[in-house]
Amino acid sequence: MDTSSAGIQEPFDLIRLSLNERVFVKLRGDRELTGVLHAYDGHMNLIMSAVEETIMVVEPVEGAPHSQGSVNYVKRKMEMLFVRGDGVILVSPPSRT
Amino acid sequence: MLIFSVFKTLTDQTVIVELKNDLLITGVLKSVDQFLNIRLDNIQISDEVRHPHMIAVKNCFIRGSVVRYVQIPADAVDTQLLEDATRRGSRFCYKRCPKFPD
Repeated sequence: MDTSSAGIQEPFDLIRLSLNERVFVKLRGDRELTGVLHAYDGHMNLIMSAVEETIMVVEPVEGAPHSQGSVNYVKRKMEMLFVRGDGVILVSPPSRT
Repeated sequence: MLIFSVFKTLTDQTVIVELKNDLLITGVLKSVDQFLNIRLDNIQISDEVRHPHMIAVKNCFIRGSVVRYVQIPADAVDTQLLEDATRRGSRFCYKRCPKFPD
């Protein structure tokens, strides 16, 4: 099978084509990352640079039902980051517009 | 294998390991194995108020599966080399490490 062509044969090919591009990563625990992807493996362990992490924190509002807490986003920046694959939900390539 | 070899080249660098329980441990990376278990020396906990039981711990072994992130020094990795090694396939090594030959 020719995997060197630009065509996508298997799911990981999509990630391979995103190397050295800014990707969006959704993680367990209401965390999201954007950063430049430099390496990955079959476990979806990732190495990324210029990472911005967004953590969603739901703060309960007094008197309001449990499902209507206010949502806060905590942002954090990291220069170079290894992300363990077991926390990864999805990796999305940059939008090509 | 690729990520393992990257970590081997990072030995003796200062890294920040973030665990899945939100504990942040800064320390010098002493060794790593194929499961990405990590041994850190001279460690420091970033939030000692929240984790007072960790103040006295000076070095530790961290089971790979409890790690969420490892913040690594940006100048310690060659990103071009990383991408090339990733394209070749993850069974390949990132670069030869004289201290830990494959």
